[in-house]
Amino acid sequence: MSSLLAAASFETPTLEYGQLAPMLIIFGVAVVSLLVEAFAPREWRRGIQLVLVFAGLAASFAAVVMIRGTQHIAAMGSVAVDGPTLFMQGSILVLAFIAALVMAERQVDPLGDAFAPRASALPGSADELAFTQLGWLQTEVWPLFLFSVGGMLLFPASADLLTMFVALEVLSLPLYIMAGLARRRRLLSQEAALKYFVLGAFSSAFFLYGMALFYGYAGSVDLSAISDALTANASSMWLVVTATALVSVGLLFKIGAVPFHQWTPDVYQGSPTPITGFMAACTKVAAFGALLRIMYVALGGIRWDWRPMMYVVAALTMIVGTLFALTQTDIKRMLAYSSIAQAGFMLVGVIATNQAGLSGTMVYLVAYGIATIGAFAIVTLVRDSTGEASHLSQWAGLGRKAPIVASAFALFLLAFAGIPLTSGFTGKFAVFTAGIAGGATPVVIIGLIASAVAAFFYVRVIVLMFFNEPIADDSVSVVVPSGFTTLAITISVGLTLVIGLVPQLILDLANQAGLFIR
Amino acid sequence: MSPFSGALAPAAGEISAAAATGTFTQMWLLIALPLLGAAILLLLGRRTNAWGHWVGVLMSLGSFAIAVSIFLKMMQESGGNRAFTQHLFQWISVGSFQVPFDLRIDQLSMVFVLLITGVGTLIHIYSVSYMSHDRERRRFFGYLNLFVAAMLLLVLADNYLVLYVGWEGVGLASYLLIGFWFYKETAAVAAKKAFVVNRVGDVGLSVAVMLMFVTFGSVTFEGVLASAPKASQTSLTLIGLALLLAACGKSAQFPLQSWLLDAMEGPTPVSALIHAATMVTAGVYLIARSNAIFNAAPTAQTAVIIIGAITLIMGAIIGCAKDDIKKALAGSTMSQIGYMVLAAGLGPIGYVFAIFHLLTHGFFKATMFLGAGSVMHGMNDQVNMRRFGALRTVMVVTTVTFFAGYLAILGIPPFAGFYSKDKIIESAFAHSTLVGLVTLVGAAITAFYMTRLVAMTFLGKARWPDDAHPHESPAMMMIPVSILAVLSTVSGFLLLHNNWIVNWLEPVVGFEEPVLGFNVNILQYGTLAIVLISAALGYVLYARRPVPQVAPVGSLLTQAARADLYGDAVNEAVFMRPGQYLTRFLVWFDNKVVDGAVNGSAALLGGLSGRARRTQNGFARSYALTMLGGAALVIVALVLVRL
Repeated sequence: MSSLLAAASFETPTLEYGQLAPMLIIFGVAVVSLLVEAFAPREWRRGIQLVLVFAGLAASFAAVVMIRGTQHIAAMGSVAVDGPTLFMQGSILVLAFIAALVMAERQVDPLGDAFAPRASALPGSADELAFTQLGWLQTEVWPLFLFSVGGMLLFPASADLLTMFVALEVLSLPLYIMAGLARRRRLLSQEAALKYFVLGAFSSAFFLYGMALFYGYAGSVDLSAISDALTANASSMWLVVTATALVSVGLLFKIGAVPFHQWTPDVYQGSPTPITGFMAACTKVAAFGALLRIMYVALGGIRWDWRPMMYVVAALTMIVGTLFALTQTDIKRMLAYSSIAQAGFMLVGVIATNQAGLSGTMVYLVAYGIATIGAFAIVTLVRDSTGEASHLSQWAGLGRKAPIVASAFALFLLAFAGIPLTSGFTGKFAVFTAGIAGGATPVVIIGLIASAVAAFFYVRVIVLMFFNEPIADDSVSVVVPSGFTTLAITISVGLTLVIGLVPQLILDLANQAGLFIR
Repeated sequence: MSPFSGALAPAAGEISAAAATGTFTQMWLLIALPLLGAAILLLLGRRTNAWGHWVGVLMSLGSFAIAVSIFLKMMQESGGNRAFTQHLFQWISVGSFQVPFDLRIDQLSMVFVLLITGVGTLIHIYSVSYMSHDRERRRFFGYLNLFVAAMLLLVLADNYLVLYVGWEGVGLASYLLIGFWFYKETAAVAAKKAFVVNRVGDVGLSVAVMLMFVTFGSVTFEGVLASAPKASQTSLTLIGLALLLAACGKSAQFPLQSWLLDAMEGPTPVSALIHAATMVTAGVYLIARSNAIFNAAPTAQTAVIIIGAITLIMGAIIGCAKDDIKKALAGSTMSQIGYMVLAAGLGPIGYVFAIFHLLTHGFFKATMFLGAGSVMHGMNDQVNMRRFGALRTVMVVTTVTFFAGYLAILGIPPFAGFYSKDKIIESAFAHSTLVGLVTLVGAAITAFYMTRLVAMTFLGKARWPDDAHPHESPAMMMIPVSILAVLSTVSGFLLLHNNWIVNWLEPVVGFEEPVLGFNVNILQYGTLAIVLISAALGYVLYARRPVPQVAPVGSLLTQAARADLYGDAVNEAVFMRPGQYLTRFLVWFDNKVVDGAVNGSAALLGGLSGRARRTQNGFARSYALTMLGGAALVIVALVLVRL
């Protein structure tokens, strides 16, 4: 971005392959995975894809571990490889790994896995029936998944707004498609996908417009250049605040903050449940990573301008998410509103604008992500003859039918509620103390009240599962999954407990991640 | 100037403690045993039905035995060296934020541990018989053990975060036990109410903990309390008020008192252990433990006194009008805890007596609750006192033990309450005449309603239902009650003998001799006279005159008191109605607005898919509009801030 065209000299771009390895591995595997779809015989595809996905995620995670401690802006100033980036990339990879386990499940649905055998077949058509009877499986979901993960890895690492925008689209476009792939209730699913796409495009436009205004002000889209311009030049501030507002809107949409949250319940409900878990956990980590980077790196200097706006958004998000969750009767919608409220709690960490806020938000993201994937994994197991039994009344007495599954779900709910000795408490405590230290006490108090109210609807589900009589007919049952989902739930339970009982491990890790480099 | 408060001697307690050695290293077992019991009973399930309750008793008893051995050992140490900490593991350690999972036993926690495990064990034994007909007795003992473990963690914690874990734990156990008979609609509702109201208090505690961390950079008792005098007045007042809110929730103090009366839906042993003797006094513990904060925050102290005074009178008035024996006792519990909270608000002249009264109250109120349980046992679970009367003739042991509790709560010498309540009244007068008068009025009303209660239950003529055949309860129930009755009789004298309780607690909570402007004896005799007159009035009204079986309409005050002084109405108006309207609005909003304007066309189109598709179209448009509006607001907000 530095040289003018007139200078006519062309610098050969240098790429630090080692530092970019986590992303390169995922993108590379994604391309191979796409080729597999094109050339491998149908019956081999699933096996090959699973090997590719899990090996790719593991290799990428290994790369993250190997380059730990790096503090460098790579790829000609476009990609910041620093502590927070690596922490969030690591988190995304772990969460994606667990989510992939749930996606790989094909034992809970007698018809196959969670995805439509042929997304192009009209819902209810003869084609669809034929594909189902042939027992075909949708394996194109895997390359989509990998591209999305790749975008998520790049999103929090982007050091300029343009890269960030590209990452945003790379992570979003596959998600739009995956949201529409549900095997059952396909209309609902496709509607969710279309809605997500339309609104997502709308929010991208806001982001792009904000980016243009930033360029107009600072003459650059580099986050550090914007920050420098802010200290050097205090004129045209209306340009900056408008740009800040528009870019924030784009990101707040992705994290599902009020008033940009309305897509969340519909999309979470309509999407195939394994995808919902993936989306709810990983997208949130990536989007918060990007939001934190912009707010801390580029706009840290004018935080007194944007903090009041964030106060209101955070407070509204916590309140609206909590209150709407209270009245939900569908488990997936309830979890969706709960994830809105959780986003509000995490925003407290963003508002804090101190190091504790950064590390606290990261810890919260991990704790929330793990419990979320686990909870959605359990949602896939409670079924009746038409698919998942997602109405709350169908969950009554689940504790008697399947005590282990119900206990695991109860644990995740307690973690969402932030009860001590679960991961949620660690996360809430981390962001709330950071918030108070950052001078955001009123928002923290709203957060505490909201979490007290929220505990009510989480506990209500626990009471429903353990203390209510099961519904009379035996239509709802808890399916015994294969090793994939079992492993995913086991890992989620284990990590939720570990983060709650020995929070030090993850808090240390987040703290060592330090601050963003500029 | 009294001998206790030297010119420069700090009134506040000492916080430093030594690492535990020898017997003291067993303190973790205090918690571990009942926790193990709960785990066995709840995890092994029905397999333990036959013998499970004995596991519960044994674990509680084991914990008590350890408590006694630690107590004996502690007696051998000198006054300033009786605090010990035990490091279990480092819970959180991030930069400056250090939270060790440490336990601490000192004189203050010691008396609590003895109360919890001692009374707890007696109530466990009582419950073996009381719950013998319940098919879920094992689960009941599991919850009881869970409660004991959580309560011990609460009082043994060495920092506010671990205390918070115990605090939530007792809340959970209380919720489970109030709702133990969850198939009863009233019990389920009461449990929910207790949970919700307690959450309000919990918010107070979490705010307090976070403010502490921000103010002091620590949440350990030592880190917070030692540096409390150096903190700013504003922070201390805020922390104090947040702690008070927490105490109000757990200890059923105004304005969060309403759950306690409903909590009587739980089995009676639960009412005795949790909702009379131990858990509800956690608020008093919290205030006494945080004495350094309150000593330095006079505004917060005044708030504590006001809350205590209001609750003390309120509870007593409610106690006067209830016909349900357990609810009358619950009103009395509120009122007595009001005394303790008030005393704790008086500062160093009151902390010791707050704890002293807490102990004697634990004995005599447990005696009376278990007595009430025995009465219910004999009367087919009848709780309406208008259908009792003359039970002295058939339930001799119950009557005698109940009277020990009765005389104790009235404060008739030499029963326990005489010593503890008198000390509080004395301290209150030393603080100010107004506060003193409130405690005196409270004592008078207490004498009236308690006399009413015993007169309606044990004296007068029998008004039993036709199918009732009252009989004395089995020995397994009456032996624990008898032990508690003895304690109700002698504990006051024993604890205050040679100023023992004062000397014992002084190193932790600090002490100043209350200085009265007049002769103490006048106050003592005056109080006694007022109590006797009031009791005589109650006797004349309820033992000498016939008691109608259907409650008369009563005066306006009686009606108000029957309705818990409209505590629920206030809650309803302030919290529930708006909440309900909000919920209804949300449901409406979700149905009508969010689900799109499809209600009419849904029927037309029929079928879920069609409906859902239509819904979808309506949605995206309106969502986008909301986003646009939101974006506009965000811009306006940022620009406004800039202006």
